[in-house]
Amino acid sequence: MMDLDPVLMSRLLTTITLVFHIIFATLGVGVPLMISIAEFIGIKKKDPHYIMLARRWARGFIIPVAIGVVTGTAIGLQLSLLWPEFMQLGGNVISLPLFMEVFAFFFEAIFLGIYMYTWDRFKNQMTHWWLSLPIVIGGGLSAFFITTVNAFMNTPEGFKIGKNGFAAINPLETMFNPATPTKVFHVLTSAYLTVAAILAAFAAFGLLRKKTREYHKKALKLTVTLTFIFAIFTAIAGDVSAKFLAEYQPEKLAAAEWHFETEKNADLILFGWLNEDNEPTGVIRFPSLLSFLAFSDFDAEVIGLEEFPEEERPPLWIHYMFDLMVIIGFFLLGVSFLYLILSKLKRWNENNKFMLWLLILSGPLAMLAIEFGWIYAEEGRQPWILRGYMTVEEAATTSPYVGWMFILFLLLYITLGVIGVVVLRKLFKNNPVEDELEKKYPSIEKGDNQ
Amino acid sequence: MSYEIIGITVLWLFLYGYLIVASVDFGAGFYAYYAKVTKKDHIINQLISRYLSPVWEVTNVFFVFFFVGIVGFFPDSAYYYGTALLVPGSIAIILLAIRGSFYAFENYGSKKSNVYMFLYGATGLLIPASLSIALTLSEGGFIKEESGTVSLDYFALFASPYSWSVVFLAIVSVLFISATFLTFYAARANDVKALKLVRKYALFWGTPTIIAALTTFIALGQHNQRHYQNMFDYWWMFGLSVGFFMIAMWLIYQGRRYGLAFISVMLQFFFAFFGYGVSHLPYILDPYITVYENATHESTGIALIIVFIAGLFLLIPSLILLLRLFLFDADYVKGKK
Repeated sequence: MMDLDPVLMSRLLTTITLVFHIIFATLGVGVPLMISIAEFIGIKKKDPHYIMLARRWARGFIIPVAIGVVTGTAIGLQLSLLWPEFMQLGGNVISLPLFMEVFAFFFEAIFLGIYMYTWDRFKNQMTHWWLSLPIVIGGGLSAFFITTVNAFMNTPEGFKIGKNGFAAINPLETMFNPATPTKVFHVLTSAYLTVAAILAAFAAFGLLRKKTREYHKKALKLTVTLTFIFAIFTAIAGDVSAKFLAEYQPEKLAAAEWHFETEKNADLILFGWLNEDNEPTGVIRFPSLLSFLAFSDFDAEVIGLEEFPEEERPPLWIHYMFDLMVIIGFFLLGVSFLYLILSKLKRWNENNKFMLWLLILSGPLAMLAIEFGWIYAEEGRQPWILRGYMTVEEAATTSPYVGWMFILFLLLYITLGVIGVVVLRKLFKNNPVEDELEKKYPSIEKGDNQ
Repeated sequence: MSYEIIGITVLWLFLYGYLIVASVDFGAGFYAYYAKVTKKDHIINQLISRYLSPVWEVTNVFFVFFFVGIVGFFPDSAYYYGTALLVPGSIAIILLAIRGSFYAFENYGSKKSNVYMFLYGATGLLIPASLSIALTLSEGGFIKEESGTVSLDYFALFASPYSWSVVFLAIVSVLFISATFLTFYAARANDVKALKLVRKYALFWGTPTIIAALTTFIALGQHNQRHYQNMFDYWWMFGLSVGFFMIAMWLIYQGRRYGLAFISVMLQFFFAFFGYGVSHLPYILDPYITVYENATHESTGIALIIVFIAGLFLLIPSLILLLRLFLFDADYVKGKK
């Protein structure tokens, strides 16, 4: 019993660290790609607006990067501090991708430093653009490696169990376990989608406040187009992830869909609640759609939760996390599609107030979807920390001080979050884009400020 | 050489790398704040921020590299250190977090803030102190395992002269390494005023550094006889260390060849650090973890080494590029770019 408290507190502390870190990790993966695209268009079109866009995004990027680095360091150490027995066992396997992740991060960190401080150092603008690629690649690789670790925890493979834990480890097989492809695909596309939506929200906000119209219009067009593209990819990634779950982690999908009995033509249900007999009530029902989602076949049989012993079932509230994630995903797809349609039709103004507000809303919603998705993925493999091998309870630290550490870290994250936002706001407020454009490019100046 | 030894050597090399780059960084933070308090900030802060801005993130990676690596090569260290270090480790993370993010807030945020500067400077000294606890613990006697539960004996830790001398050594070394680097950097930038100031710091912190090294050595003798005896087998490494220290001090005192002086300081710490490390073997945590008995599986160990070599091919050219663009580019150092 003495163990129980540290277990709960370890879970909570890991949760707040990850929930906080994921915000910055997502930005860290996505923003470099957007910067790189904007700079490339700017150079190719010889359009200073896009270059300014890249510059200002890059400048703002530093603050989330800093918070991302320090919270990433925190989670790296917390793995051992809070889950010592898990690392004692799993360290034999997951240290390899973790190690590679550090290399990717190293690579990214070096080039980020170089990129940020060499804007005007090269004669050929393309030289500077090339420097952005290692950052994009490094960020993507970091996401890839760290996701393989998480994938391994979901579907551990590539080893045998010997007398003292793992034996006959095949490092490559452990990394490229069944969950890896779909997870990586989903993580990358949703990160790019989210960042595009957030940058679109900023541009929409700028337009709404009638700032430099030309600049913000271009920014909006670019970011919403990217939102649309990545929303499509994310939807595909979500679909293949569901098919993966149906095959390898049916209990996770079943818990998300409140699908209790194994049956053919399984219905997909949205929202609702569970009544006293644990039956879904007040739900929106799509007949046979779950079978289709799981196996691309309306008649396929989907495994229900009843097939699993009660103590190995994930909590049922993850249903809401799953629903919210999916709904937001489709919302982003719809809004960006609407914007693109309007911009093609001459008689409509795609930058009307309603549209702008929808786009402003999209940014924070996209980030929320990332959080919901991760909470779903992580809670969905409870009670396991290493599915099928080790439960969360067996893995947690026995130290009695975890509660205090939880409070300390909570305070830290609140402080970092609040000051980070304040500093970012000041950074852009004290240096409005119109001033900066005018200073840097006197030729294009006021002309576009109607 | 067995993969265990390659593993620990690589990790030790990275910890050494962190010791140097982090010391420069931590010390610079402290000097920046100290200069502000003594109203000399106009002299050196420009210099410090020009050096630190492009590299502060890289510093952090050396550290992450080390702790990910040690858990990978020696997973049992996660079990013992992880449980025992929860409190000091968490405090170190919080300090690192404050420092890293407040550096960004201070330098890229719009308004200069005294509070940020203070936190940045103060954490620069507290972090080495809290991280050095891990080294103290490795000597044994502070971590206990009873009926399957690992715990840290805080009373023994705080009452031990050895642990306090390690903390003291960590702090003065940081100030010394940082001052010698800044002296070199100021000389490169032809910044005479800054040079005068940081050179004074370098000369000042040399003496406490060598005294602290001696007291730590003596305290270790009382704490861990085995390790102490082993150190005599590697007496020449400590001898070289003292020798390079004297070369560095002499060059700085003479006021020339500051680059060479800094390299001597690096070698001084290299030999002391490796002498300490090699005589610590085979234990990683006395008496629970040894290099041979608690290493990871061979397949993982070899995979880690392969990745490490591949990674170096990527890292070394990138690091050289970074250094050439910022550290060894005379125009950049002088503030013209």
